[in-house]
Amino acid sequence: MTWFLYLATGVLLGVSAAASPEKTKKALKKALNTFVNILPPLTATLLLVSISVALLPEKVIASLIGEESGFFGQILASLIGSLTLLPGFVAFPMAKVLLEHGAGVAQMAVFVSTLMMVGVATAPLEASFFGWKVTLLRNGMAYFWSFGIGYAVWLAVRIWI
Amino acid sequence: MKVLLKKWRIAIAALLITGVLGAVFPEAGREALKLLGVNISTIIGILLGLFDVWVPRERIAPHLGEASGIRGIVLAVLLGASSAGPLYVAFPVAEVMLRKGTSLRNIFIFLGSWSSMRLPMVLFEIQSVGPVFALSRFAASLAGILLMGVLLERLLGLEVRQEILERFEK
Repeated sequence: MTWFLYLATGVLLGVSAAASPEKTKKALKKALNTFVNILPPLTATLLLVSISVALLPEKVIASLIGEESGFFGQILASLIGSLTLLPGFVAFPMAKVLLEHGAGVAQMAVFVSTLMMVGVATAPLEASFFGWKVTLLRNGMAYFWSFGIGYAVWLAVRIWI
Repeated sequence: MKVLLKKWRIAIAALLITGVLGAVFPEAGREALKLLGVNISTIIGILLGLFDVWVPRERIAPHLGEASGIRGIVLAVLLGASSAGPLYVAFPVAEVMLRKGTSLRNIFIFLGSWSSMRLPMVLFEIQSVGPVFALSRFAASLAGILLMGVLLERLLGLEVRQEILERFEK
């Protein structure tokens, strides 16, 4: 699927440059900024995940967050996802590595979903904008829905792969 | 230099840990290096930058009001999905939109879509974990986001909207 991403980016970049070189330059500058900002945490996380995955026997990963870990694994994945702050940049490669080394599909989907939608660390910030009532409700609903997403993704992967 | 060092200190610590562990367990070290090389992809940043520059968020906000109906919902989803940056960047944007007339329901839909349906990120997700995982997660997220938007609006209503707006007048 990599070629698709490159193709899409190439086409969009071309269209954008044709429409407005100015804006395109701004976008590229932003991209460079993002890349520079993301590189340190990306390297750190991937290094640590890679070495842990390489060291931990697959059996250990599988027993914690594998298919067989069931609901316990999903709860564990949801807690890690809610408490940590990782950009998608880092989370997806990490999920890929874990999936290739014994992690379960449902558990990874729950992890990714809570990571994106539930933010314990950012809750005070969210509350400063919308108040605690809104913040708790939004995060709470997103937390529970993440298990539904886990089930849906698990089902889809079972059917189509 | 100092700033640079501060930014990289966790990465450097990770490198040291990995280096030591890799030296003790050379097999695992090699494996780790292989995993690292495969997974660093940069092109996604360009996509995010393009979306950020081209989507006129402020101009769309007034079309997402109470009477905007299905069209407003679709717009809110698209607006969130075409954004860039982590969720906490979305809060100030949502606040501006709220002040420009976007309804509470559409704000929540926007936030939900921003958090888990960003298109550049989904493309990257397809590349990493495959289309079935990515697209089914996308669909399930969309259903949840719409449901949450409607539910939250029902539960909170207009007073909360007033409260939020008043907080920012101060």
